[in-house]
Amino acid sequence: MTAALPPATPPPTGEPDEYARARETLGVPSHLEAIELTQIDDDTMELNMGPMHPSTHGVLRLVVNLDGEVVREMRPDIGFLHTGFERSFESHTYQQCIPFTDRMDYLAPPINNLGFSLAVEKLLGIEVPLRGQYIRVIMAELARIGSHLIWFGTHALDLGATTPFLYAWREREKILDINELVSGVRMMTSFIRVGGLMADVPDEFSPMVEDVIHTYPGFIDDYELLITKNPIWLERTRGTGVISVEDALSYGVSGPTLRGSGVPYDLRKAQPYSSYDHFEFDVPIGSHGDVYDRYLVRMQEMRESVRIIKQAFENLPDGPVNTLDRKVALPPRNEINTSMESLIHHFKLVTEGFRTPRGHVYAAVESPRGELGFYLVSDGSNRPYRCKVRAPSFSNLCALPYMCRGELIADVVAVIGSIDIVLGDVDR
Amino acid sequence: MFKEIAKGMAFTLKQMLSKPITLQWPEEQKPSPPRHRGRHILHRYDNGLEKCIGCELCAAACPVGCIYVGSAENDPAHPVSPGERYAERYEINLMRCIYCGYCAEACPTEAITLGPRYELADYRRERLVATKEDLLEAWPGFEKSLADNPRGAGADQREQAGRAPGVSPRVAWEDREGAVGQAGRGSPAAGQEGLAPHVPTVATPPKRNPG
Ligand code: SF4
Ligand code: SF4
Repeated sequence: MTAALPPATPPPTGEPDEYARARETLGVPSHLEAIELTQIDDDTMELNMGPMHPSTHGVLRLVVNLDGEVVREMRPDIGFLHTGFERSFESHTYQQCIPFTDRMDYLAPPINNLGFSLAVEKLLGIEVPLRGQYIRVIMAELARIGSHLIWFGTHALDLGATTPFLYAWREREKILDINELVSGVRMMTSFIRVGGLMADVPDEFSPMVEDVIHTYPGFIDDYELLITKNPIWLERTRGTGVISVEDALSYGVSGPTLRGSGVPYDLRKAQPYSSYDHFEFDVPIGSHGDVYDRYLVRMQEMRESVRIIKQAFENLPDGPVNTLDRKVALPPRNEINTSMESLIHHFKLVTEGFRTPRGHVYAAVESPRGELGFYLVSDGSNRPYRCKVRAPSFSNLCALPYMCRGELIADVVAVIGSIDIVLGDVDR
Repeated sequence: MFKEIAKGMAFTLKQMLSKPITLQWPEEQKPSPPRHRGRHILHRYDNGLEKCIGCELCAAACPVGCIYVGSAENDPAHPVSPGERYAERYEINLMRCIYCGYCAEACPTEAITLGPRYELADYRRERLVATKEDLLEAWPGFEKSLADNPRGAGADQREQAGRAPGVSPRVAWEDREGAVGQAGRGSPAAGQEGLAPHVPTVATPPKRNPG
């Protein structure tokens, strides 16, 4: 208990040129330098917003250069929630990486699971049975609705509409209950695994999903009743934070933020994965690229998600949910006690995982925020050699200074809400 | 403008008349679904033998390396488990655990499962390293009590008058009369005296390939 602590490393003396030398030799970019702003003229003011600001949706720091109330320039400062997950992937077997993906975009964990699983499955060249794919779709769309409900509640709250906030969270509870039912936990589900699912869904799943299918369209109508034609809402959001199609594309913006500008780009349509091509749904788009259009797009998207869930649920095929490839999926429980071969497979898979062929793949899914991609490099071992996550929140955040230029400082909050970032997704 | 306000108010009034969905926690408890991933339970067979055979598969499967299994050979005259080996020490660092359930999936004998208990907050870190005694189901009929009471072992144990063996010292501390009033909640020294000696070794993560 009283073991002596190892001697502390002497702190750097802080000589300016010491840091400069370190930067030069190590090539480390100076964090402070990166966010330093150019003083535009003497009348401007520099304002720190965050990282503890309630409206930055997490720990985001914005250094805003103001001329009166008008934003002249803005630099987002990120990294407060850096978790090093991409690095952690490299020291864990593929199946063990799944719980990490949950925690990146923590408002839609199943979609993160799905993206990572699809990348590994692509590397392995395996396909999940149809039932597994359909359940994946149901879980992913439920997660999308849940995430959009949070966005709706907090976005409205940011702009002063406190009423819808608790209603949205109340409705999201049903989705969390479904998560809890199928996986055992409410948020960090780890339900979608490489090669299939954690397990097939239990019997109580059907009534709960039916409940969502029947009640949610009504809830969404209620929200629209409260907000969509509300004059204050219209004043605050129309014509705010406009981004044109060209700029959105060149910033790599994706998801509802891009569709609000009028580009019908949705990965579920553009590169259908997990049998999304079996379902009929529309991709809502906006035309002005402002906060209001992005709001409309997301509200409509929730309705489309309900539509997808309905189709997937009604046509849910029977059969296995996991791949039959025993090199990837754990053997069924009842076989472990009777078959030596299964037991050996079980031991091998648990202790070592499976090996993937050498190579690199990119698989992307449409997350509630945009294109969530996983780029995996495999050296043929049982762990990823490198995993790069193309996080939609990060790309969308990059366009934030552009969208906010020339806006009032009060509208910055509206624009942040409208791009719907999750800082866990930005920083990873 | 007034029309909008009226519409909004009408909606709000409608909500005021609907039944609240909130629970009066902790007096009211939300039942956990069967797959609930709460604090772990180590199971026994009906004859009292432990199901765990000390194979360490759970420790290998754990993504965060928070399980420590120290296995030993069974004495054939007084076996602890039906296999050749048993877990002499079994510890889970609950502060590190992410409740992913991989350990339960890995266990070949269904010795470890994740139970329905989720209220795990405590005032001292040491108590959050669950030892084998904390985790092991304690008395015959435990399965039944677990089925009867979906809140699970944790809630059940707290209501037992003469606490069954294997109750976490946390319960002992909370039940001590006046402990809270005297020492003050949250003070790290609160209720230290009178505790069963419980000095767990912090679980050592299994070696992991750094690359
Ligand atoms: S539930 Fe906890 S102990 Fe079990 S594998 Fe997951 S992190 Fe490890
Ligand atoms: S709990 Fe199960 S997996 Fe872990 S050591 Fe015991 S028998 Fe092996």
